[in-house]
Amino acid sequence: MLIWLLACRNCDDKGISVRKGSSFVVRSDGRLSYGLNGRGDRAEHLITNAVAAKEDTAAASTSSKPGHELLLFEALREGLEEEMDRDPTVCVMGEDVGHYGGSYKVTKGLAPKYGDLRVLDTPIAENSFTGMGIGAAMTGLRPVVEGMNMGFLLLAFNQISNNCGMLHYTSGGQFKIPIVIRGPGGVGRQLGAEHSQRLESYFQSIPGIQMVACSTPYNAKGLMKAAIRSDNPVILFEHVLLYNLKERIPDEEYVLNLEEAEMVRPGEHVTILTYSRMRYHVMQAAKTLVNKGYDPEVIDIRSLKPFDLYTIGKSVKKTHRVLIVEECMRTGGIGASLTAAITENFHDYLDAPIVCLSSQDVPTPYAGTLENWTVVQPPQIVTAVEQLCQ
Amino acid sequence: MALSTNRTVNQLLKPLTAAISATRCLSSDSTSIITVESSLPFTSHKIDPPSRAVETSPNELMTFFKDMAEMRRMEIAADSLYKAKLIRGFCHLYDGQEAVAVGMEAAITKKDCIITAYRDHCIYLARGGGLYESFAELMGRKDGCSKGKGGSMHFYKKESGFYGGHGIVGAQVPLGIGLSFAQKYSKEEHVTFAMYGDGAANQGQLFEGLNMAALWDLPAILVCENNHYGMGTAEWRAAKSPAYYKRGDYVPGLKVDGMDALAVKQACKFAKEHALKNGPIILEMDTYRYHGHSMSDPGSTYRTRDEISGVRQERDPIERIRKLILAHDVATEKELKDIEKEKRKVVDEAIAKAKESPMPDPSDLFTNVYVKGFGVEVFGPDRKEVRATLP
Repeated sequence: MLIWLLACRNCDDKGISVRKGSSFVVRSDGRLSYGLNGRGDRAEHLITNAVAAKEDTAAASTSSKPGHELLLFEALREGLEEEMDRDPTVCVMGEDVGHYGGSYKVTKGLAPKYGDLRVLDTPIAENSFTGMGIGAAMTGLRPVVEGMNMGFLLLAFNQISNNCGMLHYTSGGQFKIPIVIRGPGGVGRQLGAEHSQRLESYFQSIPGIQMVACSTPYNAKGLMKAAIRSDNPVILFEHVLLYNLKERIPDEEYVLNLEEAEMVRPGEHVTILTYSRMRYHVMQAAKTLVNKGYDPEVIDIRSLKPFDLYTIGKSVKKTHRVLIVEECMRTGGIGASLTAAITENFHDYLDAPIVCLSSQDVPTPYAGTLENWTVVQPPQIVTAVEQLCQ
Repeated sequence: MALSTNRTVNQLLKPLTAAISATRCLSSDSTSIITVESSLPFTSHKIDPPSRAVETSPNELMTFFKDMAEMRRMEIAADSLYKAKLIRGFCHLYDGQEAVAVGMEAAITKKDCIITAYRDHCIYLARGGGLYESFAELMGRKDGCSKGKGGSMHFYKKESGFYGGHGIVGAQVPLGIGLSFAQKYSKEEHVTFAMYGDGAANQGQLFEGLNMAALWDLPAILVCENNHYGMGTAEWRAAKSPAYYKRGDYVPGLKVDGMDALAVKQACKFAKEHALKNGPIILEMDTYRYHGHSMSDPGSTYRTRDEISGVRQERDPIERIRKLILAHDVATEKELKDIEKEKRKVVDEAIAKAKESPMPDPSDLFTNVYVKGFGVEVFGPDRKEVRATLP
């Protein structure tokens, strides 16, 4: 099955191919159970106005279920819509989520269906509408707060840190905050420094929240549903450049585990840990590495807080070498914490120091060439693996 | 007439005499209606103010007195406990401002929500919180209302609609707007009182929240407890326009004498009716705190002791209710003194019990960080294997 990276101008190929079954669950022991190999099934139609797929109650085996193809933002919308159908307390709030349909079309069509109060267009006041969402969550509603760009949520940092993360603790368990805060972040296509921020590194220390990053339509929908159902505050990090990824996802309902990492490609020589957009750079590098005779194991960690140390640990115990590829900056990023966590827990299993490839510690420049040098590119990943495996 | 959950007041339709002056009620029938004029007329912004004549009853006056006496005793006892180093960290005392807490409580039900900042001990009591739980929380014990993990600034009581207890100035107002949003969303006929101080009135998030509340007609009542000092900065040094009730611009406002419990009750009742029909309203309670901002602030470097004792003599909320009770023959001087003594005893007992109560277990450090045990299943599309139960 091919995943088309429509927005990617950096890619050498027209797309990146990823081996994937159509409808199966990735087991954390690394085994992939393949269902139907979707390569033979081309998409018949693109579901542009994704309505929640009806759950198929037929007990037929998954190998005969072709699923449906859609883009990542549609997968997010599908997950959101299914949850809004299922639970009347789920509501959305954010800038331009209602009538405009969402600046990345994630909430398109929801306001006409559910009404203006349930899909709420807020004024440009991140601090207070995030606070409003948290206050509503204290009473039992399940709001999904959208930051138009993750960077704007810096204005709501106080609300996210003190009220969202800590209220369950400081109230002695009286209030739970089942809120989902989501939005696109990451380095885009020449968006400038302020619109290319990676907030996962700033939020990771806040106690009481969970953070997940989606990277494919399949995990976007599953994580969105899990985040909404979770009684803890969850921050769902999407990426500006990944919204147009196309994938075939199952028709049946599925919910993914918020705290589990995804085994993208099992291997033997080196463990490459990554998340969000860097997954695609890693997979591109993996093709080159395979041609050169290496066998990298690629894990999309997905859960940024807490880390899935079980999956990661199993992998480290197998390969003994770790490379982390991330889009955060080197200082205080997710990779820095992950390096510390792995070193503390699996030190005896490492044959070499952990290598962490991160973006440069600079504001993201506007110029395209400079921007490319800011983030990690596939050739750098290849070089790092070669050095690590010497 | 307002109902409170502690007491029932019969709505007897007794004819009222002219409401200009207080009527004398010779019998001590506890359900009879007494009409009292509020100390000052209400000043209003973009709305017609309510009448100065407040209806009350002997029962209610006695309850006001008892509750305020208990609150006053509690705050003074907390002062001594802090100086004895049993309460640590920050301790913001509410004595002088008790009328706001009891007056508000008299006008609303437990289904209405109150959210406030860090000066929350007395509001917690007014919402039905216990003295023992308060002192245990202040001393960091396991039996505290937040299991000892919150402290002075984090008192909460979910079942009575008290949402805290927040340390960051102004951050509670958007939360309060969210509470009112949820009330509107669930179509309940209840309101939210989001309280803040004159210092917080200059926060941007307040105006953002007010804009949203006015835009969507949320049943939010913003209550500015104006005690005239934002820690050490007087209101005229911090705000270009200290008329906080007018600062809502397009949102109507009402200025109330916050040392008069009956005026507060009238204003809150009025505000609740308004908010349910027309959306947000601002109430400015003109009140005063006798202590400093917190226990680390002596409270006399930025204001004179004469000012403090002047207010205490002329505007003290408990004295006002005492005078009313005596003027209406609801109780004798001795009975009131006995009540105060009894409250002193009750508070001392609660402190003694709280001093004996246990500290939290070390394992409590890690409880309540995340919500556990809600059993959401994680499953793949074939449903043949349930992957895990989300913890």
